[in-house]
Amino acid sequence: MMPLIYGEPGKQYEIVSIFGGRGLAKKLLEMGIRPGEIIKIVSNSFGGPILLAINNSRIGIGRGMAGKIIIKPLERRD
Amino acid sequence: MKLKEKTEIKKVALAGNPNSGKSTIFNALTGGHAHVGNWPGVTVERKDGEFEYKGKTFIVTDLPGTYSLTSYSIDERIARDFIVKERPDVVVSIIDSTNIKRNLYHTISLIELGANVIIDLNMADILEQKKIKIDTKKMEELLGVPVVLTSGTKGFGLDELKNKIADYEDYKRMPFKVEYGDDIEKSIKNIEMMINGIKTKYSKRFLSIKLLEGDTEIIEELKDAGYEEAVDFALRETAKLEKKFSIDVETEIVEKRYGIIESIVHQCVSKKKTIEEKLSKSDRIDRVITNKWLGIPIFAFMMWLTFQLTFKAGGFIADYIDLFFGWVSSLSSDWLSMLGAPQWVSSLVSDGIIGGIGSVIVFLPNIMILFLILSFLEDVGYMARAAFIMDRIMHAIGLPGKAFIPMLLGFGCNVPAIMSARTISSERDRLLTILINPFMSCSARLPVYLLFTGIFFKRNQGLVIFSLYVFGILVAVLSARLFKSIIPKLKGPVSPLVMELPPYRLPSIKGVLIHMWERSSQFLKKAGTIIFAGVIIVWLLASFPLGVEYASSKSFIGQLGLFLAPLFKPAGFPFWQASVALLFGIIAKEIVVGTFGTLFGGSEKLSIALPKYFTQLSALSFMVMSLLYIPCIASIGVIYRETNSLKWTIFSVVYSILVGWVSAVIIYQIAIIIV
Repeated sequence: MMPLIYGEPGKQYEIVSIFGGRGLAKKLLEMGIRPGEIIKIVSNSFGGPILLAINNSRIGIGRGMAGKIIIKPLERRD
Repeated sequence: MKLKEKTEIKKVALAGNPNSGKSTIFNALTGGHAHVGNWPGVTVERKDGEFEYKGKTFIVTDLPGTYSLTSYSIDERIARDFIVKERPDVVVSIIDSTNIKRNLYHTISLIELGANVIIDLNMADILEQKKIKIDTKKMEELLGVPVVLTSGTKGFGLDELKNKIADYEDYKRMPFKVEYGDDIEKSIKNIEMMINGIKTKYSKRFLSIKLLEGDTEIIEELKDAGYEEAVDFALRETAKLEKKFSIDVETEIVEKRYGIIESIVHQCVSKKKTIEEKLSKSDRIDRVITNKWLGIPIFAFMMWLTFQLTFKAGGFIADYIDLFFGWVSSLSSDWLSMLGAPQWVSSLVSDGIIGGIGSVIVFLPNIMILFLILSFLEDVGYMARAAFIMDRIMHAIGLPGKAFIPMLLGFGCNVPAIMSARTISSERDRLLTILINPFMSCSARLPVYLLFTGIFFKRNQGLVIFSLYVFGILVAVLSARLFKSIIPKLKGPVSPLVMELPPYRLPSIKGVLIHMWERSSQFLKKAGTIIFAGVIIVWLLASFPLGVEYASSKSFIGQLGLFLAPLFKPAGFPFWQASVALLFGIIAKEIVVGTFGTLFGGSEKLSIALPKYFTQLSALSFMVMSLLYIPCIASIGVIYRETNSLKWTIFSVVYSILVGWVSAVIIYQIAIIIV
């Protein structure tokens, strides 16, 4: 498990939990970013915001906030 | 009157997430004929249209795209108020079928609000591609509302949608309720009892849930209506729940809704397991465009290209317009003197009106091309990326990435740009965004640059103009840093970025052209009204008192200019015409050019007249001054309306004049030393 900021571009992860102030956590939830969802990192450049793909939408998340989203790598089933 | 009574009029609202294809459905239903206005009291765009079906008339209102009906932003409040206050007969909940969970969250909020919902599973054409099947019958059963599959872009399912809208009264809706679990339900019951006597337009249950969620808008509304007791009771109820069960009630409520949604999706949607999805085309583009090394250079290149196109292509057409007005001006003066009109009439018409307006209209091609490119970038989906790419840099300035969109729009016109700051939810970030916006060089300032660079910087016109834009950005950035560090109200952390980026799509030529025309026509309207009035005032002041030579230093305007001129001595343009032009530029920046046009007798004569007064250096400092001081009356008005504060409005005006003057002086003085 790790914060979203360490996610590698092109890889898939599962959201484990979200820490955040009240308003923020709720806003993320309402935008569909919530524990249990599978995400894919589209781009993650150091210092900048992170672009992730989730359920067919693309959402940009600032670094500060990305630090509060905990993810775990998705195990590949071949 | 009689005719109207014959057909029934029904109100239909379209609601849904951003990017759910709402506007394509709106266009498909109404044939694209929209009445565009503003929501009462606010400046968010409102679109209404209508269609007829089965002998009834339906008025369709496109609600702002939102993720929920919590009152975070003005958009969400508008959507909620419309449904509660105007009570549309039908609310079509438009869902992106490929992103069903999040979209259903919005639908459920609508049903909870008590709207007559029809679910429109839009973008259904992509379902097959993605090997997804949706059981609409099952969904109808579970949610108790009609469900239709459509594709706004491919045009299928629309007749069925119209049918369901027309027959909404015959549909037997089943009551649908989200169960929030014993603990929360108990609190809901308690609050419902407490607010039993309250008069409200919301349902008791909805109100109770919102109170538990701590919805600030609802709390304020109730407090204002004198129900503070009920609010306190609800807050205690929330605190009790959180203490007893150590849960965050707000999050718990959201999760419960998602719980229901997951069960609905589980029962209605079957998705063939596909192997790890490949990156879509859009993602592959994003990997390049939002790349850490390439993102900003690409963005800078795009901007550079935009300006090059604007000036090269626009300038070509502008030359012909210039010739045309010169011809009309001399023709009209010949014609009027032939008719025996007095000298002053001929002067008013050819020098004043045609000369003044002509010198502004000349720039219409440039402005149209600039708007065309900005509209294209917006419709293609690049604008949102620009905000994303700039987030890091914007943070360094003390602003969120989202604040970059108002800055970009400022290149078109500061008025809508300042309004667009409304999407920023943090009050502090919004105020700062508004205060620095006037330094973004709007298209009205472009004529000034074009005029001066066309005469004084023929060789590197594009480069000089580009530098002016960059300089404007620089001043905006430095001002933001300054304000952030010395004004207590603006200190504090920047609100974090969370924004959806729309998929890239090739916009229709028609769409972009309409978008461009909506904006350019405002410029034309301004040329016909404010600028027209402005140049007539300039002409009047230049012609009186009676007997003075037109536009001489003895005229009223000359006196006024002579009074102000010494102020600009250190900036290198201490002659009265320049002061007058700047003064009238406050009405609208284009008038700076119009004034020179009027004072020197027409736009075609400017290239001879101006070099007599300006040098290359003072032309530069004059352009810097024009760039930075107050954009125009309209922008002052919108700053006042948006900040709702006279103090900040005056601050903005005074600050911009000071910064403009100081910069012009410094640049001129330094340039003199260097050259």
